[in-house]
Amino acid sequence: MDILVISAGLSQPSSTRMLADRLTDAAVRHLGNHDQDAEVTTVELRDLAIDVTNKLVSQYTSPALERALAHVRSADALVVVSPIFNGSMSGLFKMFFDLVPPDDLAGTPVLLGATGGTPRHSLAIEHGLRPMFAYLRALTVPTSVYAATDDWGADSTLGVRIDRAGADLAAVLVRSPRPERVDPYEEVTPFSTLLGG
Amino acid sequence: MQVGVFGIGDVTTDPTTGRTPSEHDRIKDTIAIAKKAEEVGLDVFATGEHHNPPFVAPANPTVLLAHLAAVTERLILSTATTLITTNDPVRLAEDYAYLQHLADGRIDLVMGRGNTGPVYPWFGKDIRQGIGLAVENYALLHELWRTDVVDWQGKFRTPLQGFTSTPRPMDGLPPFVWHGSIRSPEIAEQAAYYGDGFFANNIFWPKEHFQQLITLYRKRFEHYGHGSADQAIVGLGGQFFMRRNSQDAVNEFRPYFDNAPVYGHGPSLEEFSSQTPLTVGSPQEVIEKTLEFTQSFGSYQRQLFLLDHAGLPLKTTFEQLDLLGEILPTLRAEWEARRPAHVPADPPTHPSRLAARENAAAEANDTLVGATSTTSTPDSTTPDSTTPDSTKEG
Repeated sequence: MDILVISAGLSQPSSTRMLADRLTDAAVRHLGNHDQDAEVTTVELRDLAIDVTNKLVSQYTSPALERALAHVRSADALVVVSPIFNGSMSGLFKMFFDLVPPDDLAGTPVLLGATGGTPRHSLAIEHGLRPMFAYLRALTVPTSVYAATDDWGADSTLGVRIDRAGADLAAVLVRSPRPERVDPYEEVTPFSTLLGG
Repeated sequence: MQVGVFGIGDVTTDPTTGRTPSEHDRIKDTIAIAKKAEEVGLDVFATGEHHNPPFVAPANPTVLLAHLAAVTERLILSTATTLITTNDPVRLAEDYAYLQHLADGRIDLVMGRGNTGPVYPWFGKDIRQGIGLAVENYALLHELWRTDVVDWQGKFRTPLQGFTSTPRPMDGLPPFVWHGSIRSPEIAEQAAYYGDGFFANNIFWPKEHFQQLITLYRKRFEHYGHGSADQAIVGLGGQFFMRRNSQDAVNEFRPYFDNAPVYGHGPSLEEFSSQTPLTVGSPQEVIEKTLEFTQSFGSYQRQLFLLDHAGLPLKTTFEQLDLLGEILPTLRAEWEARRPAHVPADPPTHPSRLAARENAAAEANDTLVGATSTTSTPDSTTPDSTTPDSTKEG
């Protein structure tokens, strides 16, 4: 299983990346219980921030951005984690996914995570991230994990929630793998069909 | 190889002087640039079609091209592109056939869909139907040029009963058509289906993307029986800013690049140059980068450069054309050295297609004679056909 992790954390290290890593570890562990191996690639969006902006304003696609977008399309599952700013996902996170064509994530299991400075952002995943992935027709897993500053303290249920989310992703991935992607440059719609359409 | 220039007539402030040319200046400059292109030995001038400021490319390219036909002698006049989505195919059939007569056959067209959302509703069309419009409209245009009396019904236009598009194409040969696309496999498929040319304006995107599109077009061209994949008719874009000394080119062009409406305030000049055809440097660097296209896409038949843009003054554009004229013999020799014998050197032109039709008619006649007369000798066994002249065919 090819798992692509997208982290939109900004500092080094960021709590967003920490959450992404822990979610991924949990998913990989549970995939192991299903006798599935996983290969994990992590993309830090901060490294692509300028490339994403260049693409938006000038159509210019850097090779690194091209690779990341191709990987979104080919990955078996995504673990995506964004910081929550002013009540919703970070601008960088949204800008990156704005570059993903609607068909490229169709049917791909996606585990959603977010971090924030206050527990009052805890539903931001549900009203911000999940609708966007619904538009992209991704298969978001039921459990999402929001980690506020308090959650990184001692008496938190964060570990339990992370474990449950990892189990969810593994179960969905095993039960409902993403559909095969059709390469539009390989399997072209014949012209007779285009004419008839 | 046909080499030329193309542009969309952007009215852009020169960032080094703050001077903004008037629309009148830009329109007159366009004509001067076309004449200059012919003077320095280029083969093609192509104009965009535009319906919104800050561009002065004509809303109907035939207006500009008809004028250019009168003030040039040799140049092939083309478009980059003609909007096949928002124009009525009946008007395209009529206008471009008329232009073809005015220009004595020195024209061809590149079909495009256009890429700005607002344009479609201005003409009562819907951008979401862009591909469908391109497919249906071109199918009608294709028929109007080939069938004298047309009965037709489609989804996007009033039906036609007993309609004849006039004037009929010159010598009964419709203008050669290219289909331009920067992202749609459907358009590559369309070009392949008809055996038309495919123009990939690769000036913004990395070559890997266009390799996919062009490979698809070539493969499907062969599939539809128009020739082998490497004989398909491919055109490419490109852009450069040249000075004899590489660093002078970079220093002079940088403010134009940094402020250009298309890529300004985006990637750096160096980054953009490393991933796209843009070359800013010496004549030798432009030659080297341009010749890489053959390596990436195979031998192709038309190379258009974007030189007149980003607020560059006319004098500078003229200097670019002069420099292009200087490296042209080298480019032509190198392209020719790389071209396999069975791959066409040039796209079809009016004279070459006329000759091909006459040859085909003569061959058909010979076959007929051969079938009815036991004394005739097929051409292929005569000594003449083994002379070097025979390699010129195609």
